[in-house]
Amino acid sequence: MMLHWLAMGGYWPFVWPSYLIALFAIVLNIVLARRAFRRARDDARRRARSQRDAS
Amino acid sequence: MNWTWFHRLGSPPHFFRIAGKMIPWFAWAALIAAIAGLIGALGTAPPDYQQGEGYRIIFVHVPAALLSTMAYAVMAAAAGVGLIWRMNVAHAVAASSAVVGAWFTFVALATGSLWGRPMWGTYWEWDPRLTSELVLLFLYLGFMGLRSAIDDTARADRASAVLALVGVINLPIIHYSVDWWNSLHQGHTVLKFGKAAMPPSMLVPLLLMMLAFTLYFAAILLVRTRGEILRRERTARWISEAIGSG
Repeated sequence: MMLHWLAMGGYWPFVWPSYLIALFAIVLNIVLARRAFRRARDDARRRARSQRDAS
Repeated sequence: MNWTWFHRLGSPPHFFRIAGKMIPWFAWAALIAAIAGLIGALGTAPPDYQQGEGYRIIFVHVPAALLSTMAYAVMAAAAGVGLIWRMNVAHAVAASSAVVGAWFTFVALATGSLWGRPMWGTYWEWDPRLTSELVLLFLYLGFMGLRSAIDDTARADRASAVLALVGVINLPIIHYSVDWWNSLHQGHTVLKFGKAAMPPSMLVPLLLMMLAFTLYFAAILLVRTRGEILRRERTARWISEAIGSG
């Protein structure tokens, strides 16, 4: 039953890579977006701290 | 008409705060829609009478293609607003939209190619729909390349906005390419002459997946835009109040 479903009527070499590519792009975009945000936030925090220390 | 909301959205602190509140809502709604859509796409939807199980690729291909053009429309509209009203937040939205749009244009091309091999007998054909989608990917890459090539953010915003607006001409070409030219690509999948081109058992999961991708795009766009606002406004006083000094 499971193997029959995974075989996708013989189209598995095309169906599953399509879903994997989409999943990869979805996860990668989440990781990249969060990393870009964290980097910008940490940079802004560093600046705020150095401004506070200078004053 | 009251345009106060529009001008308030142009304020970086206001946009930053509102976007932060909206992200979890979009993200959770996207996850729920994706789970419901995938149950239909890989489970309950029946095989196609011609394409068998191979047609299930459309449940990721069509939403990715939708997202690729939607992200460009958002990018161009935001770039236009930024250019006309000199709104910094709008340029941040345009810059953020480009990255996501480029990735999902690649996904649309790759999954379309994987669908084309068993159905057309080839991974690639210089068909109007495929070619115009490839041009879209080059427009995204050009937009991002132009931005990174100019050090001054304000100049990069203006130059890339002009490119984004010129590229809008490609959107109707992508959409109507299957009507205007003899195309190997199948016609409109969701609507054909105002009527659904597929039965509800296939259409509902497809619509759910399209909704999931749209909500996902909204969430990612807002996360990226918040980061872009922080990068641009890093010397502003409101930043330390909004994020704390760690």
